[in-house]
Amino acid sequence: MDWVNAVVQGILLGGLYALFAAGLSLIFGVMRLVNIAHGDMIVLGAYLGLSVTAVLGIHPLLALFIVVPCMAIIGYVLQRGILNQTLGGDLLPPLLVTFGLSVILQNALLEIYTADPQKMNAGALETASVPIGGLSLGLLPLLTFAMAVVVIASLQWTFYRTALGRAFRATSDNQEIAQLMGLNKRHIFGLAMALALGVTAIAGIMLGIRTSFDPSVGGGRLIFGFEAVIIGGLGNLWGTLAGGVILGVAQTIGAKIDPGWQLLAGHLVFLAILAVRPNGLFPRISG
Amino acid sequence: MNLSDYHVTRTSRATKIAAVLGLLILVVLIAAPLWAGRADMRLLGELFLYLALASLWNLMAGYAGLVSVGQQAYVGFGGYMLFALTIFGGLHPIGAILVAGVLGALIAVPVALLIFRLRGAYFAIGTWVIAEVFRLSFAQISSLGGGSGSSLPAGIVKSLSESRSGREHLSYWLALGAAVIVIVAVYLFLRSRNGLALTAIRDNELAAGSLGIDIWRTKFIVYVVTAALTAMVGALIFLQKLRISPDAAFSVNDWTAFVIFIVVIGGIGTIEGPIIGTLIFFALRESLADLGTIYLMVLGVVAILIMLKAPNGIWGLVRGRFDLELFPLSFRVKKSNSSKGA
Repeated sequence: MDWVNAVVQGILLGGLYALFAAGLSLIFGVMRLVNIAHGDMIVLGAYLGLSVTAVLGIHPLLALFIVVPCMAIIGYVLQRGILNQTLGGDLLPPLLVTFGLSVILQNALLEIYTADPQKMNAGALETASVPIGGLSLGLLPLLTFAMAVVVIASLQWTFYRTALGRAFRATSDNQEIAQLMGLNKRHIFGLAMALALGVTAIAGIMLGIRTSFDPSVGGGRLIFGFEAVIIGGLGNLWGTLAGGVILGVAQTIGAKIDPGWQLLAGHLVFLAILAVRPNGLFPRISG
Repeated sequence: MNLSDYHVTRTSRATKIAAVLGLLILVVLIAAPLWAGRADMRLLGELFLYLALASLWNLMAGYAGLVSVGQQAYVGFGGYMLFALTIFGGLHPIGAILVAGVLGALIAVPVALLIFRLRGAYFAIGTWVIAEVFRLSFAQISSLGGGSGSSLPAGIVKSLSESRSGREHLSYWLALGAAVIVIVAVYLFLRSRNGLALTAIRDNELAAGSLGIDIWRTKFIVYVVTAALTAMVGALIFLQKLRISPDAAFSVNDWTAFVIFIVVIGGIGTIEGPIIGTLIFFALRESLADLGTIYLMVLGVVAILIMLKAPNGIWGLVRGRFDLELFPLSFRVKKSNSSKGA
């Protein structure tokens, strides 16, 4: 039963990792951009949530209604102001610019919020649990997983059922022809980053309710998100959810064997999948 | 016009002057114990080690297109090998540094086989995962102090030299030697057949492939050689620090972010770039040290601005304006001196 419990907890943890990964997967799908600062932006979302709850005295989940639009605006401005200039054939500029953003963001957060670990207080939600089939499942992990499913389903719907999604796909397939059809790719990319950072805000707040965080934890979140994306297969949103779940289960099983093995087990499963299936388990885009 | 009036050469007046000046500077630096204070020598030693790391990263990213953000894997690996080989293997520290290089190359082979499956930016983050695996693995080894790390025993430190100043001089010369060896190795590599292949790949990978260059093999060699030398530099870094812990050894900020900024600011894809970048980085660091974390933000802003406004860095600007090259790498067509005609 212990092992079943570890697997179930791992699946729920995977929901959080899928939230980390969804933004990364989205912007890669639209503009082939890999954002090294993605993890730090998750942490920024968590800190914004912390500030909003502290100032307004509201529940962290309610803070989502303020933090998500804020992060979306930041995303749009960032894309139009800086990141659009880095897009092109060469992979170095976007990589190094987002790496620079990562260092700036980390140290700005350090300057404003200090290095002390912080945590958001979600009251009774943090400890509440529901007994299901002999297992006791935390309400918060269940909620996180449900949010991951909703976020990914919404992104999928946006991509394939809306005019915006059509614009995303058209610009992604061929920027020049999309321009000719009257789409402004700079604006489209701005909207994609806005959407991605909106999702990142959700990820940040769920992270901030679940565990304590400090300005230096972004790199680790980037890596988890990245691993979920690669395991699932580039450009496949449901694959990203599956990747998050596989990573989460690997970590909880690793932790069950030896607490020091939690992160290492996740990385090793990732490397093993990379060795066997370099394009991930459910690839959609090659390369 | 007669073709025999022209010849192809790599040297120019600038490269000759640079060579003479370079040798003079080297002599002055070797003699540093005669003129520099203890703190200056420590700073210079650190500068040389960063110069070596930056030159190596530049060879990989600027020439082979292998943008790694996980070189801290080899810095930390080299550091830990120095500790393991001297404490448990009983090796002399200098011998341990050489063996650390060999072991770095050996471990880089399976790593390369694995992460070469990822491309572009995903390769970059893949290298970071590898570095995390290294960090977490070394944190599990309790005989090396586990997560809290360990110090180099006094006996091993004394085996370098009995006196404190003797050790300081030796460690300074080792750092200087590392920088010189790395720059010379990069220079010779780029002049070799493999280097020519590498430059061709950098300029146009598709064309290089169609000319029969084995792109995968060339990149593989660069990755493994870089890993070996980075591990040796890592061993030297922790020979100076005398203390190692997983977080310090595998720090992405210290051993990769700063190194990338150095190369980008100086000028990626040139030998001169990392040298200039290192000088600027240390000048910035020494003058802004009091600002604490603000200094890191300034560094990030400078790196972003350079990447957006002058992607070839400071040296790229200089070279674009004056057609200058200090290391004789590119070929030029020149009029032969013997002919006085036309």
